[in-house]
Amino acid sequence: MFGTHYRIERKSIALAVTIMIVASIGGLIEIAPLFTIDDTVESDPSMRVYTPLELAGRNIYMREGCYACHSQMVRTLQDEVERYGPYSLAVESKYDHPMLWGSKRTGPDLARLGGKYSDQWHTAHLKNPRDVVPQSIMPRYKWLSESQLQTKHLGDDLRALRAVGVPYTDAMIENASDDAVAQASPDDDTAGLTKRYGDATQIRSFDGDKATVSEMDALVAYLQILGKLSDAAHQPPPPKE
Amino acid sequence: MVSGLTVSERQWSMAILVIVAFVGLAMAAAGANRADPMQAHGFIVLLFSLAVFCFVLRDYYQPEPAAARLASYYDDPSKAGIVVAMLWAVFGMFIGDWVAWLLAFPDLTFDAAWSSFGRLRPAHTTGVIFGFGGNALIATSFHVMQRTSRARLPDQFSPWFVLVGYNLFCLLAISGYFLGITQSKEYAEPEWYADIWLVIVWVVYLVLYLRTLARRKEPHIYVANWYYLAFILVVAILHVVNNLAVPASFAGAKSYSLFSGVQDAMTQWWYGHNAVAFFLTAGFLGMLYYYLPKRAGRPIYSYRMSIIGFWGITFFYMWAGSHHLHYTALPQWVQTLGMTFSVMLLVPSWIAAANALLTLNGAWDKVRDDATLRFMMMAAVFYGLSTFEGSFMAIRSVNALSHYTDWTIGHVHAGAMGWVALITFGSIYAVVPWLWKRERMYSPVLVEVHFWLALAGTLIYVFAMWNSGIIQGLMWRTYNDSGTLTYSFLDTMVAMHPYYVARAIGGLLFLLGAIVGCYNIWMTIRRPSELPAASGDIPLPVNLQPAE
Ligand code: HEC
Ligand code: HEM
Ligand code: HEM
Repeated sequence: MFGTHYRIERKSIALAVTIMIVASIGGLIEIAPLFTIDDTVESDPSMRVYTPLELAGRNIYMREGCYACHSQMVRTLQDEVERYGPYSLAVESKYDHPMLWGSKRTGPDLARLGGKYSDQWHTAHLKNPRDVVPQSIMPRYKWLSESQLQTKHLGDDLRALRAVGVPYTDAMIENASDDAVAQASPDDDTAGLTKRYGDATQIRSFDGDKATVSEMDALVAYLQILGKLSDAAHQPPPPKE
Repeated sequence: MVSGLTVSERQWSMAILVIVAFVGLAMAAAGANRADPMQAHGFIVLLFSLAVFCFVLRDYYQPEPAAARLASYYDDPSKAGIVVAMLWAVFGMFIGDWVAWLLAFPDLTFDAAWSSFGRLRPAHTTGVIFGFGGNALIATSFHVMQRTSRARLPDQFSPWFVLVGYNLFCLLAISGYFLGITQSKEYAEPEWYADIWLVIVWVVYLVLYLRTLARRKEPHIYVANWYYLAFILVVAILHVVNNLAVPASFAGAKSYSLFSGVQDAMTQWWYGHNAVAFFLTAGFLGMLYYYLPKRAGRPIYSYRMSIIGFWGITFFYMWAGSHHLHYTALPQWVQTLGMTFSVMLLVPSWIAAANALLTLNGAWDKVRDDATLRFMMMAAVFYGLSTFEGSFMAIRSVNALSHYTDWTIGHVHAGAMGWVALITFGSIYAVVPWLWKRERMYSPVLVEVHFWLALAGTLIYVFAMWNSGIIQGLMWRTYNDSGTLTYSFLDTMVAMHPYYVARAIGGLLFLLGAIVGCYNIWMTIRRPSELPAASGDIPLPVNLQPAE
């Protein structure tokens, strides 16, 4: 063994190739099967996709680095299930490019957040968490309600997501900008939006200001949908064969 | 520096800079058209390349360097890289300490988007890992590969391309977070165009490394070079696979990663853990294996241990990423594999650490007297400690407690401050007098001061985080007699406060140490050179004893 090495370490290309081969094995064996083994991701035919407004909110969540303090992954441990709700399933983040499971819980897990608080609570909390929770160490996000949401190019975002596997239809892509505005404008015509994304779509002014669609609208719309794209986690697991 | 380049190398540099400037202009125009933050990045690229262009132009008409330059090593890029690394160190650690104070006093910041916690934190991690660590790796790798090959760099242009191009990447990454441009993947936050740029830089780096090795006059490739080579090669693989993404538009910054959900999580932590392995470990082991024996004046303890350590690390690490995903929606078989390999990983890790420490046998009096060598010795100790801790935390039942808590942060910084930063400081203190041909550092006392500040800072930081992490983990799972959870999340958050203050103080000491180091290095450089080149520190003539 050391003899072979004595020869390899005299040839730079042989050394480089050996390093590449030795280093590739682990990743290939662990990652490739995740794409091919069927029960890696549970199936849920009724799983819905993010609306353009929710997607924009998700992008703001990433931009502001909320993931650095909040996880979105309830582990299969009893105390977590009791604290946050049913443990997370793989299917729930099937359309998450990229996933936001997180690795640090400076703040609580948000995987089951949707519906837990009112929109007003979220808006006030995001503007200044210490107005609502005096001890909180979460940052203030004042500028979100002051900045108008950029909706013009959301169709491009949907198209890119379709390219990586999210089932957005042509109609969804075409109407992305309008749908984003409509979801936060309950007085407008929202029939097209509900037709495309389903009756359960939450349509209201999330930040309480009907005049404009702000980044706050988008972020709160996203927070309110967390854990609600799929019901799979709330159902008893199917019996294994 | 420019005057050391030949005229054709100067022309090459200017041509490339003009091309990059045009790319910047195009990005700015495209971004402006969509009101996309890519616009700002376009201007940064443009200004950066114009500034470097002016720098080259200023000395363009200087006479060409004499042919005698080929008889000595080419160290200008290493010198520049070390200075830049120290600047990034101060920047990254300053942001780190700011972030640390924010967790204790959340309003200690401006009311502006760029200065909020979520944008500062990646600026810290990128600043220290890629800015400080990356530049130190590039600078020392140039130094080490020339010495261990007894060969001069094959040309003078590509090392500058690597160094300057790499810093442009760092600049784009960090300014991006402030502007709100991020993929949100930890340690891989920069967006698609910055990623593509890094690939170009990295390919040039690899080719440069292989070309230098091909010119070597030593038949064997020294072990430090195996590690540097593994660092370059494997980081390339990781970077490309984990950053596969589809941009929403080529005129905008946003992209969507190719993988989603559980596959994305596994790919991300395969990347994340091996960024630790091949960026924060392999490259720095390369440093350790050259500068420690050099400084101690003793050969590496065991050739066989070097071999076992190296291949064990290269093979086992790549399996271990799934220990970041215990008890999640990742299939259990992958978690089990990750745990098993993480535990086995302790063996090569400790072999590598022991090999370094045993090298010091017979030189312990030097460790006592020489703070530079003590930096390296302490780094090897922390390397052993953090790998032991890591293997322990990778056990599923332990991870159930540690995951999501500050225990992880404590482990990270035992590795990052105790191992990565200490070995870097030690190597820099060793290499600066060699590079600038000084007898020693300006002030050995200040090296001593830096050592104790760094050690105290690390210990305070790590102990604070062990305490807060384990306390919080236990509080989350405490039940009272009636079978319900005892503590609300808020209770557990409030309990962290004293530890967060302690950590911020420890970090401040560490930062002060780095500033002392900068001053010491600066004063060393400023003093006039008094030594001729050390005897033997020259490449062998080209046609002597061919390598293979
Ligand atoms: C510095 C870390 C930090 C960052 C960054 C952060 N948070 Fe928080 N978050 C906390 C803490 C701590 C709490 C618990 C105290 C509280 O409720 O304010 C919390 C609580 C919350 C809650 C209430 C959860 C519940 O179940 O009670 C929501 C919702 C929330 N954060 C959303 C966000 C969003 C959205 C962002 C990004 C814009 C964000 N957070 C960024 C630390 C953070
Ligand atoms: C002055 C010294 C330092 C201070 C005060 C400091 C502070 C911090 C803080 C406060 C965090 C965020 C923790 C959290 O979110 O709870 C952090 C994260 C991090 N730091 Fe540092 N740090 C320092 C030095 C370093 C160095 C030298 C490195 C690497 C070479 C480093 C690498 C990291 C990494 C990788 C993370 C992310 C950890 C994770 O996500 O789990 N730090 N640091
Ligand atoms: C045998 C070697 C090692 C093993 C088995 C190991 C294992 C682990 C484990 C189990 C975690 C926690 C994952 C989680 O619960 O989320 C972790 C996190 C981490 N480790 Fe290590 N570790 C090792 C060495 C190191 C070294 C030497 C460093 C050097 C800097 C390091 C840096 C990190 C970082 C940065 C993280 C945080 C990642 C994140 O969550 O953002 N590790 N490691």
